[in-house]
Amino acid sequence: MKRIRLAVQLFFTIFTNGYAYGYLNGKIYQGALKYACVPGLNCYSCPGAFASCPLGALQALLNQRGFQVPFGMLGFFFLVGSLLGRFVCGWLCPFGLAQDLLHKIPVFRKRKRLPWHHILKYGKYAVLLLFAGIGSVFLFGGFAKVPAFCKYICPSGTLFGAVPLLAANESLRGQIGGLFLWKLGILLFLLLLSVKVYRPFCQYLCPLGAIYGWFNRFSLVQVHWEKQNCTSCGACERACPVALSVREISRSPECIRCGKCIEACPGDCLSFSHGKRPNKIPGDNS
Amino acid sequence: MGFWKRNRPPAWLWGVLAGILFLGVGILQGQFGVIWKKAVMICMECIGIG
Repeated sequence: MKRIRLAVQLFFTIFTNGYAYGYLNGKIYQGALKYACVPGLNCYSCPGAFASCPLGALQALLNQRGFQVPFGMLGFFFLVGSLLGRFVCGWLCPFGLAQDLLHKIPVFRKRKRLPWHHILKYGKYAVLLLFAGIGSVFLFGGFAKVPAFCKYICPSGTLFGAVPLLAANESLRGQIGGLFLWKLGILLFLLLLSVKVYRPFCQYLCPLGAIYGWFNRFSLVQVHWEKQNCTSCGACERACPVALSVREISRSPECIRCGKCIEACPGDCLSFSHGKRPNKIPGDNS
Repeated sequence: MGFWKRNRPPAWLWGVLAGILFLGVGILQGQFGVIWKKAVMICMECIGIG
Protein backbone atom coordinates (compact mmCIF):
# COMPACT_ATOMS: atom_id res chain seq x y z
CA MET A 1 0.00 0.00 0.00
CA LYS A 2 2.80 2.40 0.99
CA ARG A 3 4.60 1.87 -2.32
CA ILE A 4 1.41 2.09 -4.35
CA ARG A 5 0.54 5.40 -2.72
CA LEU A 6 4.02 6.82 -3.31
CA ALA A 7 3.87 5.66 -6.93
CA VAL A 8 0.45 7.29 -7.42
CA GLN A 9 1.64 10.52 -5.78
CA LEU A 10 4.78 10.65 -7.94
CA PHE A 11 2.95 9.73 -11.14
CA PHE A 12 0.18 12.29 -10.56
CA THR A 13 2.63 15.06 -9.65
CA ILE A 14 4.81 14.41 -12.71
CA PHE A 15 1.82 13.82 -15.01
CA THR A 16 0.11 17.10 -14.08
CA ASN A 17 3.37 19.09 -14.00
CA GLY A 18 5.11 17.68 -17.03
CA TYR A 19 5.35 20.73 -19.29
CA ALA A 20 9.12 20.53 -19.78
CA TYR A 21 9.28 23.57 -22.11
CA GLY A 22 8.10 25.75 -19.22
CA TYR A 23 10.91 24.65 -16.90
CA LEU A 24 13.54 25.19 -19.56
CA ASN A 25 12.36 28.64 -20.65
CA GLY A 26 10.83 30.13 -17.50
CA LYS A 27 7.37 30.23 -19.07
CA ILE A 28 4.03 28.60 -18.24
CA TYR A 29 1.63 26.41 -20.23
CA GLN A 30 -1.08 28.46 -21.95
CA GLY A 31 -3.26 25.82 -23.59
CA ALA A 32 -6.90 24.80 -23.24
CA LEU A 33 -6.22 22.28 -20.46
CA LYS A 34 -6.06 25.21 -18.06
CA TYR A 35 -9.84 25.53 -18.27
CA ALA A 36 -9.79 22.52 -15.93
CA CYS A 37 -8.46 22.20 -12.38
CA VAL A 38 -6.40 19.45 -10.77
CA PRO A 39 -7.89 18.22 -7.47
CA GLY A 40 -4.87 19.08 -5.26
CA LEU A 41 -3.00 22.28 -4.41
CA ASN A 42 -1.00 22.86 -7.59
CA CYS A 43 -0.08 26.42 -8.53
CA TYR A 44 -1.09 27.34 -12.08
CA SER A 45 2.02 29.45 -12.29
CA CYS A 46 4.18 26.36 -11.91
CA PRO A 47 6.06 26.25 -15.24
CA GLY A 48 5.15 22.57 -15.61
CA ALA A 49 1.45 22.81 -14.68
CA PHE A 50 -1.00 21.67 -17.34
CA ALA A 51 -4.14 22.62 -15.37
CA SER A 52 -5.35 25.19 -12.86
CA CYS A 53 -5.20 25.20 -9.06
CA PRO A 54 -8.67 24.89 -7.48
CA LEU A 55 -7.91 27.46 -4.78
CA GLY A 56 -6.36 29.87 -7.24
CA ALA A 57 -9.41 29.39 -9.46
CA LEU A 58 -11.79 30.03 -6.55
CA GLN A 59 -9.97 33.25 -5.74
CA ALA A 60 -9.91 34.28 -9.42
CA LEU A 61 -13.72 34.06 -9.41
CA LEU A 62 -14.00 35.95 -6.13
CA ASN A 63 -11.64 38.62 -7.48
CA GLN A 64 -14.00 39.51 -10.32
CA ARG A 65 -15.59 42.95 -10.48
CA GLY A 66 -18.83 42.83 -8.51
CA PHE A 67 -19.70 39.77 -6.44
CA GLN A 68 -20.68 36.58 -8.20
CA VAL A 69 -21.29 33.25 -6.51
CA PRO A 70 -18.39 31.04 -7.69
CA PHE A 71 -20.69 28.26 -8.91
CA GLY A 72 -18.03 26.73 -11.15
CA MET A 73 -15.66 26.05 -8.27
CA LEU A 74 -18.45 25.12 -5.86
CA GLY A 75 -19.44 22.49 -8.41
CA PHE A 76 -15.85 21.29 -8.69
CA PHE A 77 -15.51 20.97 -4.91
CA PHE A 78 -18.84 19.16 -4.56
CA LEU A 79 -17.98 16.76 -7.36
CA VAL A 80 -14.42 15.90 -6.29
CA GLY A 81 -15.21 16.09 -2.55
CA SER A 82 -18.27 13.85 -2.77
CA LEU A 83 -16.32 11.22 -4.67
CA LEU A 84 -12.94 11.34 -2.95
CA GLY A 85 -13.02 13.52 0.19
CA ARG A 86 -9.50 14.00 1.55
CA PHE A 87 -8.25 11.05 -0.49
CA VAL A 88 -7.08 13.93 -2.71
CA CYS A 89 -4.74 15.13 0.08
CA GLY A 90 -3.30 11.70 0.74
CA TRP A 91 -2.83 10.53 -2.83
CA LEU A 92 -3.04 13.38 -5.36
CA CYS A 93 -1.53 16.55 -3.86
CA PRO A 94 2.02 17.52 -4.93
CA PHE A 95 2.67 19.59 -1.80
CA GLY A 96 1.43 16.71 0.34
CA LEU A 97 3.98 14.51 -1.43
CA ALA A 98 6.75 17.03 -0.70
CA GLN A 99 5.86 16.98 3.01
CA ASP A 100 5.62 13.16 3.04
CA LEU A 101 9.11 12.85 1.55
CA LEU A 102 10.59 15.33 4.03
CA HIS A 103 8.98 13.48 6.94
CA LYS A 104 10.87 10.34 5.88
CA ILE A 105 14.24 12.01 6.59
CA PRO A 106 15.53 10.11 9.61
CA VAL A 107 16.43 13.05 11.86
CA PHE A 108 14.62 14.32 14.97
CA ARG A 109 12.11 12.31 16.98
CA LYS A 110 8.99 12.34 14.81
CA ARG A 111 5.72 13.86 16.01
CA LYS A 112 2.27 13.29 14.57
CA ARG A 113 0.82 16.53 15.84
CA LEU A 114 1.86 19.92 17.18
CA PRO A 115 1.08 20.89 20.79
CA TRP A 116 -2.40 22.48 21.07
CA HIS A 117 -3.46 20.46 18.06
CA HIS A 118 -7.10 20.62 19.18
CA ILE A 119 -7.00 24.40 18.67
CA LEU A 120 -4.48 24.67 15.83
CA LYS A 121 -6.43 22.25 13.62
CA TYR A 122 -9.04 24.97 13.14
CA GLY A 123 -6.36 27.17 11.57
CA LYS A 124 -7.16 25.80 8.11
CA TYR A 125 -10.78 26.94 8.44
CA ALA A 126 -9.60 30.41 9.50
CA VAL A 127 -7.25 30.54 6.49
CA LEU A 128 -10.09 29.43 4.20
CA LEU A 129 -12.44 32.07 5.54
CA LEU A 130 -10.04 34.97 6.03
CA PHE A 131 -7.58 34.54 3.17
CA ALA A 132 -9.22 32.45 0.43
CA GLY A 133 -12.69 33.86 1.12
CA ILE A 134 -13.05 37.31 2.69
CA GLY A 135 -9.45 38.27 1.95
CA SER A 136 -9.95 37.51 -1.70
CA VAL A 137 -13.06 39.63 -1.90
CA PHE A 138 -11.80 42.83 -0.33
CA LEU A 139 -9.79 42.71 2.85
CA PHE A 140 -6.07 42.72 2.14
CA GLY A 141 -5.83 44.92 -0.90
CA GLY A 142 -7.37 47.94 0.81
CA PHE A 143 -10.69 47.11 -0.87
CA ALA A 144 -8.88 46.09 -4.05
CA LYS A 145 -9.37 42.40 -4.77
CA VAL A 146 -6.32 40.19 -4.43
CA PRO A 147 -5.90 36.41 -4.21
CA ALA A 148 -4.84 36.79 -0.56
CA PHE A 149 -4.07 33.12 0.12
CA CYS A 150 -1.85 32.83 -2.96
CA LYS A 151 -0.21 36.16 -2.30
CA TYR A 152 0.57 35.90 1.41
CA ILE A 153 0.61 32.21 2.35
CA CYS A 154 0.61 29.53 -0.35
CA PRO A 155 3.88 27.56 0.09
CA SER A 156 3.00 25.35 -2.88
CA GLY A 157 3.04 28.37 -5.18
CA THR A 158 6.47 29.35 -3.86
CA LEU A 159 7.92 25.84 -4.16
CA PHE A 160 6.45 24.71 -7.48
CA GLY A 161 5.79 28.11 -9.08
CA ALA A 162 8.17 30.79 -7.87
CA VAL A 163 11.39 28.81 -7.37
CA PRO A 164 11.55 27.15 -10.83
CA LEU A 165 10.21 30.25 -12.61
CA LEU A 166 12.68 32.58 -10.96
CA ALA A 167 15.51 30.12 -11.57
CA ALA A 168 14.80 30.12 -15.32
CA ASN A 169 13.58 33.68 -15.88
CA GLU A 170 16.08 36.49 -15.30
CA SER A 171 13.63 39.37 -15.76
CA LEU A 172 11.44 37.98 -12.96
CA ARG A 173 14.47 37.56 -10.70
CA GLY A 174 15.08 41.28 -10.91
CA GLN A 175 11.71 41.98 -9.30
CA ILE A 176 12.22 39.98 -6.10
CA GLY A 177 11.25 41.97 -3.02
CA GLY A 178 10.00 41.70 0.55
CA LEU A 179 6.86 39.76 -0.35
CA PHE A 180 8.89 37.00 -1.96
CA LEU A 181 11.16 36.77 1.07
CA TRP A 182 8.08 36.54 3.33
CA LYS A 183 6.66 33.69 1.26
CA LEU A 184 10.04 31.98 1.05
CA GLY A 185 10.26 32.19 4.85
CA ILE A 186 6.84 30.53 5.21
CA LEU A 187 7.86 27.82 2.76
CA LEU A 188 11.17 27.08 4.52
CA PHE A 189 9.51 27.08 7.94
CA LEU A 190 6.86 24.59 6.79
CA LEU A 191 9.37 22.39 4.99
CA LEU A 192 11.62 22.24 8.05
CA LEU A 193 8.64 21.57 10.30
CA SER A 194 7.57 18.74 7.97
CA VAL A 195 10.75 16.86 8.83
CA LYS A 196 9.61 16.72 12.46
CA VAL A 197 5.79 16.90 12.30
CA TYR A 198 3.61 14.97 9.85
CA ARG A 199 2.23 17.30 7.15
CA PRO A 200 1.92 20.50 9.23
CA PHE A 201 0.55 22.52 6.32
CA CYS A 202 -2.18 19.97 5.58
CA GLN A 203 -3.16 19.59 9.23
CA TYR A 204 -3.17 23.24 10.24
CA LEU A 205 -3.22 25.64 7.29
CA CYS A 206 -4.49 24.17 4.02
CA PRO A 207 -7.87 25.65 3.02
CA LEU A 208 -8.30 22.96 0.37
CA GLY A 209 -8.01 20.30 3.06
CA ALA A 210 -10.62 22.23 5.05
CA ILE A 211 -12.99 22.06 2.09
CA TYR A 212 -12.43 18.38 1.25
CA GLY A 213 -12.50 17.46 4.96
CA TRP A 214 -16.14 18.51 5.12
CA PHE A 215 -16.95 15.84 2.51
CA ASN A 216 -15.08 13.09 4.39
CA ARG A 217 -18.15 12.02 6.35
CA PHE A 218 -20.11 11.02 3.27
CA SER A 219 -17.71 10.75 0.31
CA LEU A 220 -17.80 7.69 -1.94
CA VAL A 221 -14.29 6.57 -1.01
CA GLN A 222 -14.23 5.57 2.66
CA VAL A 223 -12.14 3.47 5.00
CA HIS A 224 -14.59 0.84 6.18
CA TRP A 225 -14.25 -0.65 9.70
CA GLU A 226 -15.59 -4.15 10.38
CA LYS A 227 -16.32 -3.55 14.04
CA GLN A 228 -17.44 -7.09 14.81
CA ASN A 229 -14.04 -8.54 13.80
CA CYS A 230 -11.98 -5.84 15.55
CA THR A 231 -9.92 -6.98 18.55
CA SER A 232 -9.12 -3.39 19.58
CA CYS A 233 -5.39 -4.09 19.35
CA GLY A 234 -4.71 -0.43 18.55
CA ALA A 235 -2.38 -1.16 15.61
CA CYS A 236 -4.35 1.16 13.33
CA GLU A 237 -4.25 4.01 15.82
CA ARG A 238 -0.51 3.66 16.24
CA ALA A 239 -0.07 3.59 12.44
CA CYS A 240 -2.32 6.58 11.74
CA PRO A 241 -0.03 9.51 10.85
CA VAL A 242 -2.54 12.06 12.13
CA ALA A 243 -3.28 10.12 15.34
CA LEU A 244 -6.94 9.31 14.79
CA SER A 245 -8.74 6.65 16.81
CA VAL A 246 -10.29 3.72 14.94
CA ARG A 247 -13.74 5.25 15.42
CA GLU A 248 -12.62 8.54 13.84
CA ILE A 249 -10.75 7.03 10.88
CA SER A 250 -12.42 7.88 7.57
CA ARG A 251 -15.22 10.08 8.89
CA SER A 252 -13.01 12.63 10.63
CA PRO A 253 -12.16 15.72 8.53
CA GLU A 254 -8.51 15.07 9.45
CA CYS A 255 -8.35 11.63 7.76
CA ILE A 256 -6.39 11.83 4.48
CA ARG A 257 -7.17 8.21 3.49
CA CYS A 258 -3.46 7.34 3.34
CA GLY A 259 -4.30 3.68 4.03
CA LYS A 260 -1.65 3.16 6.75
CA CYS A 261 -4.35 1.92 9.14
CA ILE A 262 -5.51 -0.64 6.57
CA GLU A 263 -1.96 -1.88 6.10
CA ALA A 264 -1.37 -2.10 9.85
CA CYS A 265 -4.56 -4.00 10.78
CA PRO A 266 -3.62 -7.63 11.53
CA GLY A 267 -7.21 -8.83 11.28
CA ASP A 268 -8.15 -7.17 7.98
CA CYS A 269 -10.92 -5.23 9.74
CA LEU A 270 -10.19 -2.07 7.77
CA SER A 271 -10.48 -1.69 4.02
CA PHE A 272 -11.03 0.94 1.37
CA SER A 273 -14.67 0.84 0.44
CA HIS A 274 -16.90 2.63 -1.98
CA GLY A 275 -20.59 2.93 -1.51
CA LYS A 276 -20.76 1.47 2.03
CA ARG A 277 -22.10 3.74 4.72
CA PRO A 278 -19.21 5.29 6.67
CA ASN A 279 -18.52 4.50 10.33
CA LYS A 280 -20.43 6.71 12.76
CA ILE A 281 -18.50 8.57 15.41
CA PRO A 282 -20.21 7.85 18.76
CA GLY A 283 -22.03 10.93 19.98
CA ASP A 284 -22.12 12.47 16.51
CA ASN A 285 -25.74 12.63 15.50
CA SER A 286 -25.30 14.59 12.29
CA MET B 1 -42.18 5.88 2.87
CA GLY B 2 -40.48 2.63 3.93
CA PHE B 3 -39.34 2.01 0.38
CA TRP B 4 -37.77 5.48 0.21
CA LYS B 5 -35.99 4.96 3.53
CA ARG B 6 -34.58 1.60 2.43
CA ASN B 7 -33.58 2.74 -1.06
CA ARG B 8 -32.49 6.29 -0.24
CA PRO B 9 -29.59 7.29 -2.55
CA PRO B 10 -26.30 7.75 -0.67
CA ALA B 11 -25.28 11.26 0.36
CA TRP B 12 -22.25 11.25 -1.94
CA LEU B 13 -24.55 10.85 -4.93
CA TRP B 14 -26.51 13.96 -3.93
CA GLY B 15 -23.16 15.73 -3.64
CA VAL B 16 -22.14 14.62 -7.13
CA LEU B 17 -25.48 15.76 -8.58
CA ALA B 18 -25.17 19.13 -6.82
CA GLY B 19 -21.62 19.38 -8.15
CA ILE B 20 -22.73 18.73 -11.73
CA LEU B 21 -25.53 21.28 -11.37
CA PHE B 22 -23.21 23.96 -9.96
CA LEU B 23 -20.58 23.18 -12.61
CA GLY B 24 -23.22 23.63 -15.29
CA VAL B 25 -24.25 27.00 -13.89
CA GLY B 26 -20.59 28.03 -13.67
CA ILE B 27 -19.98 27.01 -17.28
CA LEU B 28 -23.07 28.91 -18.45
CA GLN B 29 -21.87 32.00 -16.61
CA GLY B 30 -18.48 31.76 -18.34
CA GLN B 31 -16.61 31.29 -15.08
CA PHE B 32 -14.13 28.83 -16.54
CA GLY B 33 -13.12 31.44 -19.09
CA VAL B 34 -12.25 33.74 -16.19
CA ILE B 35 -10.20 30.96 -14.60
CA TRP B 36 -8.41 30.21 -17.87
CA LYS B 37 -7.51 33.88 -18.40
CA LYS B 38 -5.98 34.00 -14.92
CA ALA B 39 -4.22 30.65 -15.26
CA VAL B 40 -2.43 31.31 -18.57
CA MET B 41 -0.69 34.46 -17.31
CA ILE B 42 2.11 34.21 -14.74
CA CYS B 43 0.38 35.07 -11.46
CA MET B 44 2.75 37.59 -9.86
CA GLU B 45 1.00 37.32 -6.49
CA CYS B 46 1.33 33.53 -6.49
CA ILE B 47 5.08 33.67 -6.98
CA GLY B 48 5.48 36.44 -4.42
CA ILE B 49 6.34 39.35 -6.71
CA GLY B 50 3.07 41.17 -7.35
